[in-house]
Amino acid sequence: MSDQAIYTFVFLAWLAAAAAFVIGLHQMNSPATARRGNQLSAAGMGLAAVVTFLWLLTPGNFIRPGGMSAIAIAIIAIGFVIGGGAGLWMARRVAMTAMPQLVSLFNAVGGGAAALVAIDDFLHIAGTEALTLDTSIFVVLGVVIGGVTFSGSLVASGKLQGIVPGQPIIFPGARVLTGLTAIVAVGGLIALALAAAGLIVLTIEIQLIILALVTAAALIFGITLVLPIGGADMPVVISLLNSFTGTAAAMAGFVIGNPVLIIAGALVGAAGGILTKLMADAMNRSLANIMVGGFGTGDAAAGAGGPGAEGGAVRQIGLDDAAIQLAYAQKVIVVPGYGLAVAQAQHAVRELADLLEERGVDVSYAIHPVAGRMPGHMNVLLAEANVPYPQLREMDEINPEFSRTDVALVVGANDVTNPAARSNPQSPIYGMPILDVDNARSIIVIKRSMRPGYAGIDNELYLNPKTGMLFADARDGLTELIAAVKQI
Amino acid sequence: MSPELLNALAIFVLAILVGFEVISKVPATLHTPLMSGANSIHGIVMVGAMIIAAAADTPVSYALAFIAMVFGSANVVGGYVVTDRMLQMFRRREAKVTPEQAETVASSEGN
Repeated sequence: MSDQAIYTFVFLAWLAAAAAFVIGLHQMNSPATARRGNQLSAAGMGLAAVVTFLWLLTPGNFIRPGGMSAIAIAIIAIGFVIGGGAGLWMARRVAMTAMPQLVSLFNAVGGGAAALVAIDDFLHIAGTEALTLDTSIFVVLGVVIGGVTFSGSLVASGKLQGIVPGQPIIFPGARVLTGLTAIVAVGGLIALALAAAGLIVLTIEIQLIILALVTAAALIFGITLVLPIGGADMPVVISLLNSFTGTAAAMAGFVIGNPVLIIAGALVGAAGGILTKLMADAMNRSLANIMVGGFGTGDAAAGAGGPGAEGGAVRQIGLDDAAIQLAYAQKVIVVPGYGLAVAQAQHAVRELADLLEERGVDVSYAIHPVAGRMPGHMNVLLAEANVPYPQLREMDEINPEFSRTDVALVVGANDVTNPAARSNPQSPIYGMPILDVDNARSIIVIKRSMRPGYAGIDNELYLNPKTGMLFADARDGLTELIAAVKQI
Repeated sequence: MSPELLNALAIFVLAILVGFEVISKVPATLHTPLMSGANSIHGIVMVGAMIIAAAADTPVSYALAFIAMVFGSANVVGGYVVTDRMLQMFRRREAKVTPEQAETVASSEGN
């Protein structure tokens, strides 16, 4: 077979992989086909990897005429075993609650790899004719986007894991530093582009120094981008960084002239972009607002003094009272929130629901679009606890049912139930779609304290005379409720 | 710009449009697995790492290619495995549904 024929087969395999990614993503539309879709996508990835590896072994490949060296083979094999092994280990042992930070970590390494590919290609072609104007632009874009994703995702992951404080971190001079890194990146792009176009003369050494500066600027920019953003906004940020990583992979594809990188990267770039917008919409916040950061620092509390915010008294409810209300209700809606995820209470909530169902109570779960850490995260957590799928109801579908509900059991959810979002135009969350929990005949809130949610505002729901507060950790509170219901 | 680059740009733009179209149809329930699934796909950069490993001829290049390979493979393998773990739970849950409930689910998904 001629070299060209071999390359044709390789190219077709890449194309098949790209098609598998698109079809795989499409199949993830519905729970019934989602797993198959992911497997198809994985098969496409495997095909692309194996075919590329074999092609690089052939003497006729145009990347390394004569076939790649033994060192290259070793690098690929050992790199795959180490990286793949680490990925496998983390993916197997991660708790479902820690999923978002793992996704963020995979974003980081993906973006880092894309930046490295761009840097390495630049090392090869700097000073040669292969370094054209467009290649140099794609190199800088790949390095900048990949570098920002790498450091930004590490910070985001650290924030969720608690290694980096979750509160917005704003240090003096942060904006100046951010501005400075942007100037370095843009200046570097212009200088390298001009040099590649032959308009200015830069030695290879100077070009490499410029690229190093751009890399450093991108890494610093990633950190200063994510640090001022509060932990509760991390899902949106992770989704945005996911989109960036895809774009960085596409840029790396342009640099090395590889179609499958371009297609897959662009696909993920677009996917992450849409997902980010959906998440920001669900919180009624613009992306710009989130990226400026500082939400939840306490300044937002100024908006809390609206009508009805003062004057009410919080009513506490005893365990037995709560148990009786639940056990003799006809219809109960559970409203799970981030507190439930943190307390790992998804199994306890399911046990309580099972117990109530045995007594003939109709139980369903109201899932706010941003409940948990990421859209759909709460569904995953409840799925892990074997909660039957039809019981999970989305916001628009379940909101009309609250008025026919005897007890709404709010577990670790706060801002998504705050009626101020409907009634108080001064409130920072005004206009955010919420669960109409206050329409239920009675409301039980399991919460550790009166501490406000991430929006930093008081929740009028807790002052509602229909509301009984059960101050406890979500899991402890539910476990005690289960015991109390059993005794009835 | 060279014809190759123009072709690549055309592919890039069309792939972005495909991405928008495919994603905008996904229900919120599946957003987390979807994000994770999309996350694994950008692990395709592993193929890029292989290519720079093959092209490498200096110790620095070998080192960069090695790190890129480790990063890319972690992204690919970890991403697909964790997505599969999540989706497995969705399936198991469906298996427990009574036929009657399955019908309601199917009809609500059809919308």
